[in-house]
Amino acid sequence: MMLALRSLVQLVVAMYLAALLSGCATTTANLPPEEPAMHSVAESVDDEKMLYVDDPWINFNKRMYTFNYYADKYVILPVVRSYEFITPELMQDGVSNFFNNIGEVKTLYNSLLQAKGKKSLVTFGRFVTNSTIGIGGLFDVAKKMGMERQSEDFGQTLGVWGVGSGPYVVLPILGPNTVRSTTGFLVDTGARIAIVDGLNIYGDDDESGAIEAAVTTLEFIDTRHQIKFRYYKTHYPFEYFMVRYLYKQQREFAIMK
Amino acid sequence: MKISALLLMLLLLLPVAGEATDGGYGYPIPGSYAATIIGTPEALRIEKPANISMKELLLEIYPDRKKPDIFFYDEGLVCNFAYQKNKAPLAFLIAGAGSDYDSDKLKYMMYGLYKAGYHVIALSSPTHPNFIVSASKDSVPGDLTLDAADLYNVMEKAWAAVKDDIEISDFVLAGYSLGGTQAAYVAKLDDERKIFNFKKVVMINPAVNLYDSIQRIEALLDGIPGGSRKIGLFFNRILDKFTEFYRSGDYIAINDQFLYDVYKAGLVSQDEAGGIIGLSFRIGSAGMIFTSDVMTNGGYVVPKNRVLKASDPLADYFRVSVRLSFIDYFNEYFFPYMQKKQPGLTKERLIAEEGLKNIEGYLKGNQKLSAMLNENDFIVDDADRAYLKQLFGERTKLYPRGGHLGNLEYRQNMVDMVDLIKILDEKGGAK
Repeated sequence: MMLALRSLVQLVVAMYLAALLSGCATTTANLPPEEPAMHSVAESVDDEKMLYVDDPWINFNKRMYTFNYYADKYVILPVVRSYEFITPELMQDGVSNFFNNIGEVKTLYNSLLQAKGKKSLVTFGRFVTNSTIGIGGLFDVAKKMGMERQSEDFGQTLGVWGVGSGPYVVLPILGPNTVRSTTGFLVDTGARIAIVDGLNIYGDDDESGAIEAAVTTLEFIDTRHQIKFRYYKTHYPFEYFMVRYLYKQQREFAIMK
Repeated sequence: MKISALLLMLLLLLPVAGEATDGGYGYPIPGSYAATIIGTPEALRIEKPANISMKELLLEIYPDRKKPDIFFYDEGLVCNFAYQKNKAPLAFLIAGAGSDYDSDKLKYMMYGLYKAGYHVIALSSPTHPNFIVSASKDSVPGDLTLDAADLYNVMEKAWAAVKDDIEISDFVLAGYSLGGTQAAYVAKLDDERKIFNFKKVVMINPAVNLYDSIQRIEALLDGIPGGSRKIGLFFNRILDKFTEFYRSGDYIAINDQFLYDVYKAGLVSQDEAGGIIGLSFRIGSAGMIFTSDVMTNGGYVVPKNRVLKASDPLADYFRVSVRLSFIDYFNEYFFPYMQKKQPGLTKERLIAEEGLKNIEGYLKGNQKLSAMLNENDFIVDDADRAYLKQLFGERTKLYPRGGHLGNLEYRQNMVDMVDLIKILDEKGGAK
């Protein structure tokens, strides 16, 4: 697993650099000069824009969007597919439930930071129920008892506190984000590292580093396994444009509640 | 995430008119637009097969074709393939305008047929960008004869790709909406080519004439404030309503409960519901228009001879393309293109050719073909429905409601489809 993770990281970094450097060499020689199209955007000035999101970093973002497509295609999805192939479905669900249960901690402190009583209670109830009756989080029994999973992160907390979203940004591997959600992600990740270290979960013996790496790898695979989105699967030429809009809209809705 | 996810949410903002049941037909949504938008509630759909063996096929239809840089992710035509272990008939399915092989409607047709023992290959519409780039000979969709030839070619390649792995007894064919109309043309072509010898062909909510149907769809935008020139404004106002409703209610997420409440609250008017349908067609056609224009260097929405890079922003092209109606496409792009192929072609003749009347001699009384229609489907009118009934006689199923395709996934509809497609032996018994 360790080795697999390391070569995975190396490959992804190499592709990331390749993606940054590419895109400069397109041949437009030997082509006759451009002629104006029959219809142009000038005709649309009498109407409002729709589905539009301001995107000052679009050049970087589009390149990252494409990079993520290739990273998925050549590295991440093959790993996820192998995982799905060799692991019984019941176990896959158990793994997802396990990591989702750990994620409740994040939802809990962010609900508290946003002073959301009901969400905090439900999340706390879920965490306690699933960690005990659900055997360490392997089963989502809380859901069957009517406690639906909530989702809060520090990006949403910042939003509730009135921090603006900042520009849209497509991160390598992580995909669509805003500056605010990226900040939130970093804070949540930092908090998690602090909690894991503070509780000394992996212990101090020789194996601990290897175990931690294996768990991290498994969590990464499970995360992608749970996300159904596939870059460019729609073949819709304006997919980037649509995804950007849907992402922003969905975050706005999430912050509202 | 589906491109249509948000639209779907918006589509659910509809007035409700109370549940309807009559004549033993249990599909519950009475309004035409509401049914079209909401479709079939999950609990009323046919159940998925407990086990289904399926995979995606990637077909290289034109291996030597040089694809434009911006379609770098297009590596061939993708289709769904579901297969039985034993010898069985193979059903080809054709999606409706702008839809792909993996659309919900096609999937549920696949489930229905798979449970009845068929192998299934599900194909994207010739108007879908993947088909235009990878499988269309000319990359200009809209002509029933040419699109049927492309579909037939794809079916031959798909068959070649799977025939060593499965045993096939017979071939059948079904399509919905535009795909239904195309199925009739594919069946006619098959009568000449005799590769598949389709035993049965089912058309679900087909257009009788394409030009008539696109006019009816475009007319849905006439009812919004300012008409079709203000679709951006319209979209933003509808979104505001939706947002406000979400903000004010006790919701924790955009889930089924929220959507159902939105539906019950009657948040949008009938005109607005029509506008939402018209707009969702426009969003689909924008993809078709842009893709075809890039493929042919047609100079319609992209300047002629411009080479787009994968990283180029396309927002302006979206804005231009979504503003064009199907009728604009027909008059300004499709008709001139067809005229170049057939000098002397008039617009009137082209319009007349793009429909079922054009192949009436083949269709009339042909026992192979059948149609499933809804009394309140707005892409056809009463004369069209009467015409289809006259063509297919008792092989026409007419439902009291369902709008356009809203009841397709409904249990009884899928049972009826399987029944219509059933291959009978000489004596009329099930084979």
